[in-house]
Amino acid sequence: MRWIWIDRFTAFEPGRSATATKCLSHAEDHFAEHFPGFPVMPACLIIEGLAQTGGILVGEANQFREKVVLAKIPAAKFHREVPAGETLTYTATVVDLRDEGAVVRGTATCGGNPVCEVDIFFAHLDRNRAQQTFGDHNFVFTGEMQHLLGMARLAAAKTTPQLPPAPPADQT
Amino acid sequence: MTQDEVFEKVKTILTESLGADDDAVTPQARLVGDLNAESIDFLDIMFRLEREFGLPKIDRNELFPESIFQGDPKFVQNGLVTADGLAELRTKMPYADIEGFAKNPQFDKIGDLFTVDLITRFVHSKLKK
Repeated sequence: MRWIWIDRFTAFEPGRSATATKCLSHAEDHFAEHFPGFPVMPACLIIEGLAQTGGILVGEANQFREKVVLAKIPAAKFHREVPAGETLTYTATVVDLRDEGAVVRGTATCGGNPVCEVDIFFAHLDRNRAQQTFGDHNFVFTGEMQHLLGMARLAAAKTTPQLPPAPPADQT
Repeated sequence: MTQDEVFEKVKTILTESLGADDDAVTPQARLVGDLNAESIDFLDIMFRLEREFGLPKIDRNELFPESIFQGDPKFVQNGLVTADGLAELRTKMPYADIEGFAKNPQFDKIGDLFTVDLITRFVHSKLKK
């Protein structure tokens, strides 16, 4: 199952902040249920998107050696609902970064209007215990997350993904 | 900063970190037994103490020693903390009320040593250094 709730990084300052966007398509399954006739982005998925933005920011700070897991949301405030068809902008800023984990301040906006503010507490899974359970493989930053990481690096380098060149026109 | 002033700030930190009611955060309140703290909260509390009081990095085992008794029968026998164990606690947790605990030193009650007062006294002593 896909569990990626951001579409693209637009800015990335290693160890400090990251900004990502999420386009809300009516075609996403959850809008059928949340809510019938009134499709708005579930608050928990906004937090997940912010946590993914912040989690990659925290993971990158240690070159993805740590298994970064969402441990706690000490506080979250929501200002408005966001309907399908809009685009959310997620910004994560590092408040504290240590060996044991990190604290990130996340804000979501839509069209410049505040949507959500949240404090996110990440823990680095204890290296000894995590290795006994999961081995050396870093199960957090894998698969589709790797693709997002590539986009984060592009954003950090302030370059934008380029489309491949157009094929030559038919010579008929 | 006086100990009372430290307590007031610790109280704010704990209400924010644990979502506890203001009235529930008394000096005697136990973090786990009364304020429902979980293991991850201890890390969160440490981070907040450093930030709010401007303390240098706190070693996790300095404030919340987790492994004092792991696998050492010298310190725990028949579910009770031994005299050696109590001596170890006095050394490792100088800010805790060990004498109160010593009256009925049940090992499964050792978490009760982590009180709001312990944190207050720990921070106060750090600030004085």
